[in-house]
Amino acid sequence: MSIILQTDKLNKYFYEPEPFHVLTDISFTVDEGEFIALVGKSGSGKSTLLYLLSTLDTEYEGTLTIKNRLLTGLAQDHLAKFRNDHIGFVFQFHFLLPEFTALENVMMPALKQGKLKRNEIEEKAMEKLRQMQMHDFANKPSAKLSGGQQQRVAIARALINDPAIVMADEPTGNLDSANSEKVIEIFEDISKNNGKTIIMVTHDNDFARRANRIIELVDGKLVR
Amino acid sequence: MGFAVNFSIAKTHLLSRKKQSVVATLGVTFGIAMFILMISFMKGVNQFLQDTMLSSTPDIHIYNDVKTDYSFSVAGDYFKDSNASVIVYHPKPKQISLNIKNADAILADLKKDPVIGAVSPLLSTQVFYNYGPVQINGFIDGVHINEEARLYSLEDKMVQGTTQNLLTSSDGILMGSGLANKLNVTLGDLVSLTTPIGTTMRFRIVGIFAIGIGTLDNAKSYVNLSSVQQLLGQNSSYITDINIKLTNNDFSKPKAIAFYKKYGYKSDDWETANSSVMASNVIRDVLTYVVSITLLIVAGFGIYNIMNMTIANKMKDIAILKAQGFGRKDIVQIFLTQSIVIGTFGAITGIVLGFALSYSLSRVPFPASNNFISLKYFPVVFRASHYIFGVFFGILTTFVAGFMPSMRASRIDPVAILRG
Ligand SMILES: Nc1ncnc2c1ncn2[C@@H]1O[C@H](COP(=O)(O)OP(=O)(O)O)[C@@H](O)[C@H]1O
Ligand SMILES: [Mg+2]
Repeated sequence: MSIILQTDKLNKYFYEPEPFHVLTDISFTVDEGEFIALVGKSGSGKSTLLYLLSTLDTEYEGTLTIKNRLLTGLAQDHLAKFRNDHIGFVFQFHFLLPEFTALENVMMPALKQGKLKRNEIEEKAMEKLRQMQMHDFANKPSAKLSGGQQQRVAIARALINDPAIVMADEPTGNLDSANSEKVIEIFEDISKNNGKTIIMVTHDNDFARRANRIIELVDGKLVR
Repeated sequence: MGFAVNFSIAKTHLLSRKKQSVVATLGVTFGIAMFILMISFMKGVNQFLQDTMLSSTPDIHIYNDVKTDYSFSVAGDYFKDSNASVIVYHPKPKQISLNIKNADAILADLKKDPVIGAVSPLLSTQVFYNYGPVQINGFIDGVHINEEARLYSLEDKMVQGTTQNLLTSSDGILMGSGLANKLNVTLGDLVSLTTPIGTTMRFRIVGIFAIGIGTLDNAKSYVNLSSVQQLLGQNSSYITDINIKLTNNDFSKPKAIAFYKKYGYKSDDWETANSSVMASNVIRDVLTYVVSITLLIVAGFGIYNIMNMTIANKMKDIAILKAQGFGRKDIVQIFLTQSIVIGTFGAITGIVLGFALSYSLSRVPFPASNNFISLKYFPVVFRASHYIFGVFFGILTTFVAGFMPSMRASRIDPVAILRG
């Protein structure tokens, strides 16, 4: 198994409202195709770590390497391009662009990437929506979808550019148990059947156990 | 490719808040329309005044000025002592005749110049117009009427009779309309003139003109050059002024200087002779630009506000887009495009509305229209350059107004937003 993501001694501080060492010496590796659950108490620094890993937050010490590329210190524009190509992100609050349809939301990162023609992108987006069983809602404005539906559209969007890693920050945090179950099933499915590497933050131990490996944060330190 | 997505996002944003977009666009529309209307009208006024002025001012006026240089005096020669300083109180000009000496040669020389459209020699004198007991102070210009008519398009200004009548009668006179009114004379009437040197002559009115400038129409008449020479007891090459019309009056200033150097007589170009009119043109221009730019800046602030509001509402979207790999440039594009689209629509509707308003104004009859002001409608000019400037400036304003908010949007830290 080849290593897809590696961190070396990540340290992160907050200076406001008072100096606070939020992450301490986080070093770990993720293998290609792994489904990892990142757990820990609320406030332990899970989200903060995930933002570092996703390259959205660049203010840290230590190094981050994804797909053998050292990302620490790269310019914002390079990082944006890298995110577009290699990282799919799913948020706790299903964050879709409200004025666009489900299909348009899914297509957006691919249109930005510009590798495929528009009709190819549309086809691919429909396929992803079908995988999430959301194809019937493709042309609905995303604001008109329920929370669970929106989250599934968001997962389809995270997958559209065939990213190397999918990162999810408490993707079930805002859903009822039935919808949560559906979302977890989807993650299991894309892990097993599509071989996607997944890092999922959750505080639900039952869900965490369904991953290949569990990483736990306590007060900003990695304990397993 | 990248721009296509950004543009479609910009379009969606604009359409999802139609009312705001329309209001912002109308701000620009109104600003540009007022600019077009004002500049078209102001330039029309300038044009009208200039035309009126040019109808009574030659492009170049050559004349023999009264000499007012008293720095040299024969008194100095008289004392023959270089140490003595001589002060002469109240020097007066010499008794000289103010005619142009080698007039025939100059006239012949001028007519060879290709830039010159018409040359009219002139001999002017003050006169009293006597008609019965009425006596009015004024002046007559002795001219070759054909040349003079070409200079000022006199034919268009004739109220009664034609300029040609002057050629066919030895004692004909063309009289200003105001003067004719005062004297209560009409075509065919006789009027007798007295010059300052006491000579008197009777003329028959063969035409009445209205130039549109009271001081001329109330005091001026044209007669044949030879009549004035006769009145003043001078020979047939005695003239005091040469008026010149150029084929292109932009050359007036350099030509005037050249003529002064060549002939040694004072040469005034029309701009110098009418500097107060030119100054008021400049003032009107400045006023127009100040008002228009103010309107556009107000519209710009409107757009600035709306863009700021939009961006405040779209923080979450910006964070999402950034998380998906949209770069700073993309975010700037998305929001700047919105403001430029508003600017473009506003500018285009603005020039259309501006044209409509200007055209309407040009159809409104000018109040107080009479013989003195040859103005039937409000003066309006239509110039492509104004419309191009309007569009350019409208888009520039919205670009500037949208730029800062867009830059701000591009700097938004997605993490701060996504944390909630
Ligand atoms: N922008 C910030 N400024 C200061 N402190 C912050 C900021 N964001 C998070 N924190 C603090 O950092 C700690 C870790 O937060 P977070 O990573 O969101 O925890 P988790 O996702 O594990 O609940 C918390 O104590 C939180 O209050
Ligand atoms: Mg969290």
